Amino acid sequence: MTTDALISPGVTGGQGLWSRLMSGKTGPVLVIVMAIIAIWYFSAVMLNSPFQKEIYKRNSVEWTTSQLISDTLSQERPVLPAPDQVVVELYKTTILKKVTSKRSLVYHSWITLSTTLLGFIIGTVLGILLAVGIVHNRSLDKSLMPWIISSQTIPILAIAPMIIVVLNAIGIQGILPKAFIATYLSFFPITVGIVKGLRSPEVIHLDLMRTYNASNWDLFWKLRWPSSVPYLFTGMKVAIATSLVGAIVGELPTGAVEGLGARLLAGSYYGQTIQIWSALIAAALLAAGLVSLVGISNKVVLKKMGMAQ
Amino acid sequence: MLQSTAINTNGNATGVAEGTKQGTTGQAEKMDTNGMSPETGTSSQEQSANSVINIKGLSLTFETNDGPVHALSDIDLTINQGDFVSFIGPSGCGKTTLLRAVADLEQPTGGELWVNGVSAQQARLNRDYGYVFQAPALYPWRTIAGNISLPLEVMGIPKSERQDRIARNMELVNLSGFDKKYPWQLSGGMQQRASIARALSFDPELLLMDEPFGALDEIVRDHLNEQLLRLWDKTDKTVLFVTHSIPEAVFLSSKIVVMSPRPGRIYDVIDCNLPRDRGLDIREAPEFLEIAHRVREGLKEGHSYDD
Repeated sequence: MTTDALISPGVTGGQGLWSRLMSGKTGPVLVIVMAIIAIWYFSAVMLNSPFQKEIYKRNSVEWTTSQLISDTLSQERPVLPAPDQVVVELYKTTILKKVTSKRSLVYHSWITLSTTLLGFIIGTVLGILLAVGIVHNRSLDKSLMPWIISSQTIPILAIAPMIIVVLNAIGIQGILPKAFIATYLSFFPITVGIVKGLRSPEVIHLDLMRTYNASNWDLFWKLRWPSSVPYLFTGMKVAIATSLVGAIVGELPTGAVEGLGARLLAGSYYGQTIQIWSALIAAALLAAGLVSLVGISNKVVLKKMGMAQ
Repeated sequence: MLQSTAINTNGNATGVAEGTKQGTTGQAEKMDTNGMSPETGTSSQEQSANSVINIKGLSLTFETNDGPVHALSDIDLTINQGDFVSFIGPSGCGKTTLLRAVADLEQPTGGELWVNGVSAQQARLNRDYGYVFQAPALYPWRTIAGNISLPLEVMGIPKSERQDRIARNMELVNLSGFDKKYPWQLSGGMQQRASIARALSFDPELLLMDEPFGALDEIVRDHLNEQLLRLWDKTDKTVLFVTHSIPEAVFLSSKIVVMSPRPGRIYDVIDCNLPRDRGLDIREAPEFLEIAHRVREGLKEGHSYDD
């Protein structure tokens, strides 16, 4: 007991730069990011060196370790591109290219983003409608729920081409088929979330409405719907990310002309690993941005409703 | 000045009771100590003129996995207009179940239950009563004013009148100025006052209160008891009040129903005619203590077999 008391003030009392940095959020996050980058560089050297050594051997070049490291990090088609190569590629394809150019990552990101948002909106509306039906109708609950769950067990990659083909056969082309694939993934977390939310009111809150002889309409709009709002946002956070995955997958079978999915596919056709990785990073940034946007609107809405304490 | 016959043990009219108000009723077979004669059919017909609640032979059994639970068994009770009736008894004696049955939140399995001369269900559909739960049960996404407005919105009362009523009822429970606050910004006592204002907002003649102050501390509880008594005195509403507290029951009530458990039944009905303008200090008066003593004895005998 006394040793603890003696040691802990010494540790926290120092208040050096390090302890101040680590006490907040920024410090630990920075450390983890640096660790990831270090591992990435190390892996790049390890994964790219066999090919590099092969080249040295073929050209009978004498090589040093530092030579090897610098060469493995600047290959044109590395197995794993170095972070700085990806950053340079990102810079070249976003800032240096006009956004209307087919080589601009901003252009491709926008294509994917618009598909994602359309799929997300359709998915949210569909998800809410399904949930309302399930909560208010026992036979819908019994009949729909198993289908909804099994729909999510089918690999999206398997079903995406069929959706494209079927919709194409009835004359639906362009953004919609891709958006439908995004919807296919995004409606599920919404439905599950809202079903839980609509059933979340406490018995006492339901009893209260019963004593007022409230109509089902009032019961829904004045109790069930407001109760489900936090659940809706939780569902939307997952849905927007899965919607992006759906949008990217939806771009693959369409011939891969535009969108981040197309960049991924084209990159893998031609072994452009740097292009693949920059498209991956762009997709990850897009997802992070979208999820935090939903998070911010969640906070704003709950605050407006008076539920954020 | 208190009437010497404040405790009416034999069912005869007391000095303070109004002519039509009858004393201890309907518990003939359970009240073997006072030798009251069984109530006749005709007398119950006479009471029905100003009686709000008529209960005859009411029973309610819950079917559970461990077999049936007799929450209520053969309840007879008549409650008149303007009565403040407290239900007191140990846990599991069915007092809350009885209140919920009156509110049509539970379905009795036998007997008769009339509220305002109609069935409990019809009374609920008519919105004849306001119900105050154990917990405030305020909707967290509504302000205090919004919560009090809830029944008014459900009942389709126009906006201008809603505002009038919200202001009036917030003043009644001393919450003026808190209309824009959210429930979590208020103390437990204030929240419960808001829930009482909500129950009063549509001006029901009948108020059903299920241990509304059970979760509050003694000081807040005393204060709210006084306020509730003033309110009852002012509005002449009929109140059914479930409680665990003997002082609370004696202080508030014009009639105390002592219940005992397994099966839930009425053990004793005590008339309690303390002056209407009583203050908290009456709790030290001998009349008060006498009634409290009888309630305590009733509670003791009512479940002595229990251990």
